[in-house]
Order: sequence, then structure tokens, then C-alpha cells
Amino acid sequence: MATTIIQLYVFVLAGFVGYQIITRVPPLLHTPLMSATNAISGISLVGSIVAAGGGFGTFGTILGFIAVVCAMSNVVGGFLITDRMLRMFSRAKPGADAPKPTEAPHA
Amino acid sequence: MRELLVQGTYLAASVLFILGLRSLTKPDTARRGMLQAALGMLLAVVGTMLHQEIITYQWILIGLVVGSLIGYPLGQWVPMTAMPQRIAFSHMFGALAATLVGVAEYYHGWHGGAGEAAMGVPAAKMAALGFEVLFGALTVTGSFMAFGKLQEFLPGRPITFPGQNVFNLLLFAAAIGCFGYLIYDPSNQVVFYVMIALALAIGVLMVIPIGGADMPVVISLLNSYAGLAASATGFAIGNNVLIIAGALDGASGFMLSILMSKAMNRSFSNVLFGAFGSAPTASTKTSEGMTARSISAADAAVQLAFARSVIVVPGYGLAVAQAQHQVRELAELIEKNGGEVKYAIHPVAGRMPGHMNVLLAEANVPYERLYDMDEINSEFERADVALVVGANDVVNPAARNDESSPIYGMPILNADKARSVIVLKRSMNPGFAGIENELFYAPQTSLLFGDAKASLSALVSEVKAQ
Repeated sequence: MATTIIQLYVFVLAGFVGYQIITRVPPLLHTPLMSATNAISGISLVGSIVAAGGGFGTFGTILGFIAVVCAMSNVVGGFLITDRMLRMFSRAKPGADAPKPTEAPHA
Repeated sequence: MRELLVQGTYLAASVLFILGLRSLTKPDTARRGMLQAALGMLLAVVGTMLHQEIITYQWILIGLVVGSLIGYPLGQWVPMTAMPQRIAFSHMFGALAATLVGVAEYYHGWHGGAGEAAMGVPAAKMAALGFEVLFGALTVTGSFMAFGKLQEFLPGRPITFPGQNVFNLLLFAAAIGCFGYLIYDPSNQVVFYVMIALALAIGVLMVIPIGGADMPVVISLLNSYAGLAASATGFAIGNNVLIIAGALDGASGFMLSILMSKAMNRSFSNVLFGAFGSAPTASTKTSEGMTARSISAADAAVQLAFARSVIVVPGYGLAVAQAQHQVRELAELIEKNGGEVKYAIHPVAGRMPGHMNVLLAEANVPYERLYDMDEINSEFERADVALVVGANDVVNPAARNDESSPIYGMPILNADKARSVIVLKRSMNPGFAGIENELFYAPQTSLLFGDAKASLSALVSEVKAQ
């Protein structure tokens, strides 16, 4: 019981930290945020590894194996695609042929 | 000692995940932050491998290799326009992993394993496993349905049948009933598998009544569920890094679904109960007596070529027409003429949160030119031209001033405040919500009909000719 209570503390505090950080992520990066959390939730890999290699019997090992495949493809695919997206968010090239937009009064 | 090392890697991984997500608050730091998060993942995996519970490595290693082989194309080859379905697909994978771990743990509890006797499943662990497989299983099928709708091998329109809500509620009650019974008697394995079957069915039924345009909410919500399933796995196997990563994921998805539902003018309880697919009520206003003014590409080009400031309002129609590059080309021409171009991005401009930003970034639009609704709304009144491309409901002034409108109260981009408005539109058909848009009949508005890509290309060549 004591362990469960501690786990609940961890869960609630982590959720709170998550909320605090994520409210500060600009909408500009909401898609990368989602693919990043997707990659991070591939941490189920940890549980999958135990199921696949912890001697859970044939049935358990098969399920664990499939879980490792699923979680690992999320990890690899998730981090790759997040990086691919973030690479695209670039600033305006300084010295590009187009002149800088004039900051003249809008009137 | 070994246990300490393992826990150390988990703690490090948790910290690195949080730092990684924090880095996403700024585009400049984001890439480095994601590297930290990936390092955290590596640490956690290596740490787990050192765990003394692991007795054979063969299936783990094969699984890691196969998973990488599947993950690589999912990461490198999927086009950015397909991001929503790609994300839905990986929610399915994530949830499937969590569900299978849950089933394996339960099975292990009652059948034992290599050379060990069954130890049973205590009630506390059963509760965690129950949450894990419930959230997991409904996310698996729910995400699959969302994936199918977005990939369009399933019909995008809402699928409904009489008594749907009652039926869904009964299924849900039955699943909860199974869950309650299992906590009382965890050894009843039939009930366990029945509960999973019910959750799988609930996932399907939850998503089929939802139309394609509501997908941003659904995807965010499934993101949250996948996270909660991972967190529950952590409770079940007593692993804090899983609890933390799952909670971060859950919080992120939860927050995004609140943002999305606000942006779509749906109440939050609607989102929580997944009942957000109901068809909007018919429009109260009609276009009778109002006339829209159409404009030729040449005339529109004159306006754009001499505009000092232009705000582009891209909608999903732009993405459908794949016209992001043409928009950027047009913007560069306007800038060459000394004008200033900004992009006004509504939160639900794409099929998932932030989708439009990614599409425009891919077309080499610098991210400083992409503005959120709150940042840009005050600037429309100073804009010479608002160029609306494939957007409709998000610029409908009825949301501000017509209390009888179904979209009343929805936050919109104030495109109508610009000195002139050019709307690129395929036809006069009303938008997704089936609501007439007064903006199209306003005196300052002119409509350029045709496919967005073709119209933009025409504008580009006309502006060049100026």
C-alpha cells in the first residue's frame, strides 16, 4: 500500500511538472511536441523488455516480444520524425535575395 | 548495487525527458533537447537490460532490431502532410505495447514462468493492470479508427446508429463492472479477457461517430490515453520512469485536447466523454439577398503587389491542395516589392495541433513569420490585405457577433478587420460546419475562385508581371 501511495505522488507531481512545462510550448511546436511525447512514451519499452526476457513462459514472451517491437518502433520513429520536423523550423535567411521587409509605419 | 545502478539510469532518464520537453518551449533549443531525451531513453533501456529479472536476451534483441527497422521508415519517409495519421498510428503502437505488457504480467501472475510457480496478482496490482489494459485497449482500436479516417480507407464522415449513446454507455458500464469484479477477484481470467474485448469495442465505437474535421481533438485525447496506459504500466510493475514518462505524455495530450476543444468551440465535458461528433445544428442565417464579389487573378495580383502588409490565413484547404510552396513563393514576391507578409495560424488550421506550422515550415517559410491567433489578431486592422486560403469557419465573424450561430463564441482570426480581404475558394459551398460566412459577402471582400494551388500559381505569375 505504501508503495502505491508513493507511486501516486510520483504520478501527480510528474503530471504537474508536465503541465507547467507544456503550457509554455508555443502552438508553433505543438506537432513536434506530440511526436516527442510519443517517442518518450515508448518508454513502455522498459516494461516490454522485462516481459520479453524475464521468463514469462511462451505466451508471455511472445506478447513481450511484440510489445518490444511496437515500443521500439515508436522510440526510433518518434525521435527521428521529431528531429526531422524541428530541422525545418528555420529563421529567415540573413542576406537572402529578398530584401528584409521594411519596418516602415503601417499607416 | 546493481539495483541502485538501474534506478540511477531511470532517474537520469526521467530528468532528461523533462529537460527535453522543456527545450520545446523554444524552436532554437528544441533539437538539442530532443537529443537529451533520446539519450535518456538509451540510458533507461541499457539500465533495464542490466536488471536481474532478465534471463534471456535473444527475443529482446530481435525485438529491438525489428522495431528499429519498422521505426526508421515511420520516422524518415512519412510525408509531413501525413503527420496526423502517422501520429495516430504510433499512438496505436504505444498503446498496444502497454496493453500487451499488461496481459503478459497478468498471465505471468497466474501461470508462473520458466521454473517458477504462479504468484497470483494482488488487488493493488490488479487495479493498475486494469487501468493499463482498459486505456491501452481502447486506445489501440480508437487510434486505428482515427488512422483509418485520416488515411481515408475508412469513411471520414461520422458513422452513427440509433441508440448509439445508450449502447456505448452500457458497454462502458460493463467494462467498469468487469474491472470492479477483478479487483474483488483478480483470479477470474475470463473476466479479464472479456474486459479487454469490451475496451477494444469501446475504442471503435468512440471514434466512428467523429467527423474528419474533429480529428485534432481525437488525436490529442488518444495521445493522453496512451500516456495514461504507459503510466498505469509503471504502477503495475513498480517502475517510476514509466509513471513519469506516462504522466508527461498524459498531461501533454490532455492539455492539447483542451486547447483544441476551445479552438473548436466545444465544451470540455464534450471532449472528456468523447461525445464530440454530433452534427452541428443548421445555420440560422442564409446568404439570400447578399452578393459576393468575385475577382480575377490579375486584379488580385495588383492589390497584392502594392500592399505594404499582407496577412495570409491558411486553412486546411491549403494543405489539401498541397499549395504551401506556392504561398511561400507569392510571399517572397510581395516581400521583394517591399511589402511585409505574416501568416496567421488558427489552432485548428490543420488536422492535428500545430500541423499547419509544420507544413509551412517544410515549405521553407521562416518560423518568425508564423503567428498564433492571439499574437496576430490585433494586427489585422493595420493590414492592407488579408489573403484567406482554404479557410472558412475560422474567419467567420458570426463567431463574434451572431449569438444564434452554432459557432458563436469560437475564437476566430479577425480577417474581416483588414482593409481588404481576398478569399481563395474552390466554390461557394459553406465550410465544414455548414454555416454561411458573412465575410464572403462583406464589402471589402473579393473572392478568387478555383483550386488553391492553381489560383496561387496564377497570382505568382501575375505579380511577377506587375
